[in-house]
Formats: sequence, structure tokens, C-alpha cells
Amino acid sequence: MAHSESDVADLLPLPAATFHILLAVAQDDLHGYAIIQDIEKRTGGELRVSAGTLYRSVQRMLEQGLIRETRERPAPELDDERRRYYRITPFGSAVARAEGQRMIELVRMARAQGLKLGKA
Amino acid sequence: MRFYQLLLLLYPKSFRNEYSTELQGIFRARLRDHIGFIARLGLFLETIADVLRNAVATHTDILQQDVRYTLRTLWRTPAFTATAIVVTALGIGVNTAAFSIADFVFLRKLPYADADNIVKVMLDGGNQLSPVLYREWSTSTKSFQAVGAYFNGSVNLVGEGEPQRVERAVVTASLLPMLGVQPLRGRVFRPNEERDGTGAIVLSYALWQRQYGGDEHILGRRLLIDGSPGVVIGIMPSAFNFPSRDVAMWTLIAPQAASDDDHSNFYWNGVGRLRSGATVAQANAELNGLLQRLKLRIPDVYDTTLAFIFRMRDEFSTQSRLLLLALSGAAACVLLIACANLANLLLARALTRQRELLVRSAMGAGRERLVRQSITECLMLAAAGGALGIGIAYASLPLLTQLVPSTLPIAQSPAIDLRIILFAALLTALTALGFGVLPAWRSAGKVDLSGLRDGNRAGGGRRERSRSILVVAEVMVSVVLLVSAGLLMRALLRLESVEPGFRAENVLTLRTALPLPKYDSTAFRATYFRSVLEQLRAVPGVSHAAFITGLPMVMRGGVWPVVPEDQPALARRAPSASSRFVTPGFFAATGIPLKVGRDIEETDDLAHPYVAVVSESFVKKFWPNQDAIGKRFKFLNDTRTVVGVVGDVRVRGPERPSEPQVYQSYQQVINGQSSFYYPKDLVIRSTLPQGTLVPAVRTIVRRVDPQQPISDIRMLSDIVSDMTAARSVQVRVLGAFALIAFLLAASGIHGLLAFSVSQRQREIGVRMALGAQRSEIVRMVMNRGVLLAVAGVIPGVAVAYAAGRAMQGLLAGINPADALTFCAVVAMCGVMTIVGSLLPVLRAVRVDPAVAFRAE
Repeated sequence: MAHSESDVADLLPLPAATFHILLAVAQDDLHGYAIIQDIEKRTGGELRVSAGTLYRSVQRMLEQGLIRETRERPAPELDDERRRYYRITPFGSAVARAEGQRMIELVRMARAQGLKLGKA
Repeated sequence: MRFYQLLLLLYPKSFRNEYSTELQGIFRARLRDHIGFIARLGLFLETIADVLRNAVATHTDILQQDVRYTLRTLWRTPAFTATAIVVTALGIGVNTAAFSIADFVFLRKLPYADADNIVKVMLDGGNQLSPVLYREWSTSTKSFQAVGAYFNGSVNLVGEGEPQRVERAVVTASLLPMLGVQPLRGRVFRPNEERDGTGAIVLSYALWQRQYGGDEHILGRRLLIDGSPGVVIGIMPSAFNFPSRDVAMWTLIAPQAASDDDHSNFYWNGVGRLRSGATVAQANAELNGLLQRLKLRIPDVYDTTLAFIFRMRDEFSTQSRLLLLALSGAAACVLLIACANLANLLLARALTRQRELLVRSAMGAGRERLVRQSITECLMLAAAGGALGIGIAYASLPLLTQLVPSTLPIAQSPAIDLRIILFAALLTALTALGFGVLPAWRSAGKVDLSGLRDGNRAGGGRRERSRSILVVAEVMVSVVLLVSAGLLMRALLRLESVEPGFRAENVLTLRTALPLPKYDSTAFRATYFRSVLEQLRAVPGVSHAAFITGLPMVMRGGVWPVVPEDQPALARRAPSASSRFVTPGFFAATGIPLKVGRDIEETDDLAHPYVAVVSESFVKKFWPNQDAIGKRFKFLNDTRTVVGVVGDVRVRGPERPSEPQVYQSYQQVINGQSSFYYPKDLVIRSTLPQGTLVPAVRTIVRRVDPQQPISDIRMLSDIVSDMTAARSVQVRVLGAFALIAFLLAASGIHGLLAFSVSQRQREIGVRMALGAQRSEIVRMVMNRGVLLAVAGVIPGVAVAYAAGRAMQGLLAGINPADALTFCAVVAMCGVMTIVGSLLPVLRAVRVDPAVAFRAE
């Protein structure tokens, strides 16, 4: 599916859970529980995505084309047959990048207004 | 784990199918991580919260999607959408209107405290209680917590502005407190206040607003009522309509009236509040026991008297009940037809959309999602229709209020309140269920991938069959409605063609009720009547004017026993006749034909023998085939001589038999008689428009007596048409319902045939290519239409006959199997079939075989 820039802009700002899920599957194909654990670890326990929220987000993200289900399984000894694995799509990467860019812009604007922020 | 699986049921099925294994996997993993009771309890609580929140959110997501999708598809097919909404709105609108009236009359509690325990008392023959009987009853009863009595009458109210004629209820002090309605301002009567003779007055909200502009300082104001002073002590709220909605004030029964000992003076209406635990039957038995004891003492009066006690809620006629039931039934029929029509529309659309549905289902939308989508669509259509329907109900209410019986102590018109809105909402949901959800559920299960193959004939025999059944049902119900409306219309026409016995056109009537004791003297009254009439007759354009004690069809009682001098044996069980006192010229003014003898004349006064003009049925009853002139009979305590015979008048209206009539001279009444004996209604035959005549009458009356009010200004023709007003409203409403049903059924036939022709283009093309004649094609299509119509008409006729039997009480003697009505309806159905088939037939014969094949 071809996505234009306006498709990307339509999705911004991303809900926090969506952004974090995108980050989680940016490097590796992950299954649901791994995504939850990854987010929890990365945020130092700040953000804990519940199972329900995760799959509701996953369902929507699949429809939006941000992620896709992958058929490639990891090494058989690590695999659990029942699990579904998700991978970021090029469109998902574009959206995640745009969201990151949006946040940088926000920080820049806050600084320009004299707001003292720590080092990024 | 079991627990978690149950929780997952809260999610939409499509979501569950997709993710429940994953969700369970995660839950299992977390369960392993949480050890110990507290930790697990925490996990459970957290999980419940999570599932609840996300289940609701997922459902909302789907709903939003479906709503967006539905709006898009409906927007693309505006004709379908508009039809569906209008049809639903008609169905829901007429039912909401019918329900709001039926609920108001049949179901809703009367607006009194603990209203179920309030009963009314009546003696057989519709008689009321006498003051002395009321006293005996009130002191001896054990079934009642409280009892009260009242009687109605109108009075002249003199205060500021024009003197007014208003309806008043004269009550015992116990009555208003017993009903338990708090006054809006001031107070109601205190126990036993009637003994004090304070002249306390309680005003109705309407009178307070109308006459005194809602003046807050009205309490304590002195008013003159029929010449006697009174003082305002309270105002009742606007919803208080006891004993009827035209009553504008309540005053106390005078002490001397309350202590009247005449057992045969029945004019009080008894009302009581049952003690808790007491039943109507007990109260009835108790009162009849009292009557039995009185019969031993006073056999003349209590000869065969029986008492009836009934709940105040139930005081309306069988006819009112039937009128409303017929209306509600008809409304339900319209809704049924509307649902059938919509179901048909949706089925037809489902057939044309089958490919789309198949594509969606092939793309992974489960049956549940497709059904859910249809439900959303139906609910949205129904909701739009329902909202419009409430508007229709609101707009049609003023017409329907004619059907609210005036005997119930309630307002004229119900309000559209939350209860009605809830009913409409419920109906909307049921409608959506009826026309959409069930068909959607049935069809969604039968998705058949073969439909995807191009050129496959969409739809199958089964669907066409269910569509045919719906059309047949529509035809059937519309036959029932058409016949019912037809029968009622025939009944109305019959009643309207009943000759009232007078010529009502161009006769203005109004009331100048002379107050007592000012007009106690007969000679004084005669001066008033003569000066008013003389001046009136001098007005150009006025041909006749006269006074009478009660207008026909307005005053229906006033019935007294008649004993002809030559038949004294009749004395024990004397037949009765209605008594009226008139001024000369009454028959000319109302157009009642004088058959023999003479009119009442100015010389018929107290110095001359008492005379009477009687009606033809009077002569037929007492002196058949004899010359009645000069015959004498005892009537109203005096012997009167017949001087003239006039035509009969339908005193009780076109539907009920009337007693023979006796007219007496207004001057042959001794001084100090009750107001029953002197004329109050003025009838004027004139060619002047009402707008010119009424001010002229006002000026004349004011010139004769400046304190004399004028009331009840009406054309005599309006009085006559009022007799059938409720019926004519019902006929109009039912006629409209029948018409709607008829059109819907016609469109049902048309829709089905048109669809089947368009689906069978290829077949028709093949037939024509093989040499079929156009006439054969026409026959093929017409046969379908005729078959549908006949299948609907036959059971329709049977049900219509049953419906006619059920409402026989309304038919005024028209046979429920009235051949004319039935033939007309069957003929209409024939026309409907032909018209409905016309376009499809034209389309079928225009099929070009070459084109039909090329489309493949």
C-alpha cells in the first residue's frame, strides 16, 4: 500500500502506547508479551501497557498499516507456536520518525520560549 | 484461567477470535509472575479493570466504524434512505400518538392522591343521590375513609370586567381534601366549613388566569356569584379538573340544601375514598344494604333502587373505549405494514448488495461483523424515523384530543412527556428488530461464495418467497384497515344523515341565564324576554328569535312522567316526555314544523289555562290515530291542554332514541320555581354573519340588563356536528391510516414485481427470442401481481369481518359484513394490483432480447 506524507501527518500525534509499540518492534519481530516487557524495561517501569490496550492498539495499527504480522519465525527453540509476531512496516517507520521529529520541534519551541530543559 | 476466559466474552466476537489466545497467553505468563494471594488479587483487579475499559473501547471503535460506513452507504442511496425514514416515521408517529391518548385515558393514574381508591356512586338509571341519602350513607358507612358529594351548575360571576357565565361545582367541604390535591395558592375548604356559610370560593387555575390575569392578590377578594357574595380562599393547580375540565370554581353546598329531607330529590354525585383494605364490592354491598333498610321505611322512593359503586378511573363510555381501541389497533396495523415494507426494501437491497457483502466476507469480515453492521444500519434508520415520528405524533395530537372522553376528570390533552418518548424509543427498537435485525441475522448465515461468480443471478427463490410473504401480509392488513375505515365512514354518514328534526343552518344560539333570586318573579322575567326579543326582531336580517329552557342535543334530560287525563291507569308506570318552556316563535326560529294547531302565544299566561304543544311521537304514544288538540294530560304537577302538534326532535342526538317532547309557555310558571322552569337559551334565525350579530345581541342584552352575562355562543349547526365530532375525527384518522397502508401495500407489490422483472431480464429475453408473445410476458408478470393480491385479500376479508364484529358498537347499525364496503375494498385492491404491476409489465415487454444477452 502506498502512503503519502499526508497519511503520515493524519496519524499525528500518536497515542503514547502506539509510539512505544512502534519502538518495540522497530528492531526485532516481537510477540505481544515481549512488546509489553520491552516497553516496561525501556521506560524503567514508567509505562505499563495492559494486554487489552496492547491488542486494541495492535488491531488498529494493523488496519492503519503501521505494523504487520510476520510469518518468519525466530529460531525454533525460542518459538511458541501459538504466538503471533509483529514487525514494523516502512510506513510505520515513517510515522515513528515523524512523531519523533514532532517531539524535537516541541522541545525546540519550548527552549525558544526560554523554558529550561535538561540535555536531550 | 476460566475466569479470564469469561471476562474475554465482553470483547466483540471478532476481536476475541483474533486475539483471545494471545491475551490468554499473556495472562498466563503474568499469573506465573505474581505469586502470593495479595499479588494475585492485585493482578485480578487490574485485569478486570483492563478488560472492562478495553472491551468498551473496542465496541465503541467498531460502532464508530459502522456508523461511518452506514452514513456513507445511506448517503449514496438517498431515495432508499428517505423512503425508509419516512415509512418508519409514519409507523412510529401514528403509534406514539395513539399510545399517548390511550395511555392518558386508560392507563395513567388520575392526578389525585392514591387515586385507585377513589370511587363514584350512582343509583340505577343513572340517578344521583339525594342530600338525605348522602347523609345517611356518610354517617353509616364503614368501607370509606372519607366521602364527599358535589353537583354542577353554571353561575353568573360579577366582579371586574364583563359579567361572566362560568361552570361551578358545588361541593361538600370534605370533597377537595379527600382528593388530596394541594391548592396552588391559599387553601381548600376546612372540615365542616359548609355549616359556617362563609361563602368561601376556590378558583380554577384557568379562571384565575383568564379572568384575573393571574393576580397574586386575589386571595381574600370578594366576588358576586349569582348575586350572593363570596370570598376567594384558594386556587387549584392547572392539572386539577374535578369533576370535569370545564369547571372553573368550587363553592360549598349551602346549609339549607345539605339539610334537605326530601328523599326523592336526587341531584348529588357521591364520591368516596375507600378505607385501605376495603373493596369496591364491600362498599357496594354496604350501600345496597342501606338502600334495603330505607326501602322498608320509604317504599315509594326506594322501590327498586340499586346502587353502583365504581372506580372513578373507569368512568367513560364503551363507545369511547371502542373508538380508542380501534384507533390503537389501526395504528398497530400501520406499523406492521411499515415494518413489512421496510423489511422488503432491505431484502431487495441485500440482494443487490450481495456482491459487496460477499467481498467483505471474503476479506475476512465474520458473520458477526456483517450482522452487527446491519443492526447499526437498521437502528440508525429507525432512530431517524423515530425522531421524526415523535414530531408527527406531536403534530397530530390536537386532532386526537377529540377522542378523550369528557367524563374523566382529566385535562383535554395529554402532554408528550418522558413516558411517551420512552414508548417511542421502545417502538423504534422493536421496529428496527422487526424490519432489519432478524432478516439480517437470517441472511448473513447463508453467504454463498458462488454469488461471486460474475453474472450469477443474485438472490434465490427462498428470498423471493419471503419477500412475497411480506407483500401478502401488507395487502392483508391494508384490507383490514380499509374495511374498518369504510364501515366507520358508512356509520358516520348514516348518523350525519339522521334528520335532527330542526333546520340548524343560520341559527345562532347563546345563553343568558337569569340569576335567582333577582329574576324569581315570572312577570319580571317575561319583561326581560319580551324586551330582548322585540329589539332583536327589529334588527335587519333577523327573521326569528325565541328563548327555550334547554337546546336540543345540549340539554338531553329534563324528563318527566306523563299521565293523560283519559288514561289514569298509566299513573303507576307513566311513560315520560322531555319538558321545555319556550317563548312564542321557538318553532319558527329553529324550523321545527308545526303540524296541527297553534304555537305557544303571549296570551298563554297564568291567567289562562295551562297549554302545551307536543311532538308527533307524543300523540302517537298516547292517542294514536286521534285528534290530539284539546286533549288534557298531567305533567309537572299541572294539567295541560294540547293546543298544537309539532315535528319530533332528536333531543338526545342521532345515536340515541329520544323521548316525546312537551313544550310549555314560559309565562305559565308560578313565582319562585327552580331555574329548570325558565328559559335561558336564545335562538336567533338570521342571515347576518356571526361577527355582526353577536355584538348586536350583546348591546341589546346590556341595554335590558347591564349585569347579565352572555355565554355559550354557538351556531346550532355546530351543535349538531359536535354530536359526531369524535366519530368524524376517528374516521378521518382511520381513513388516513388506511390510505397509508394502501399506498405502502401498492408500493410493496410494485417493488417486488419490478425487482423480479429486473432479475429475470435474461429469462424474459430468452423467452422472447424463442418466440413468446408480448401478451404472454404480460400475463407472466401480471399473474404474479394478481396472485399476491388474492393471497392477501382472502385472509384480509376474513380478518376485516372479525374486526368489524369487534367494533359493532361503533357501527350505528351498519352490518359488519356490509357488502358495499367489502366490494369497494376488493375493487380498490384490484386497482392497486393493476397500478402496482403497470410499470414492471411495461419494463418486461420492452426487454430487448439482444440487449438482455449482451449484458451478460
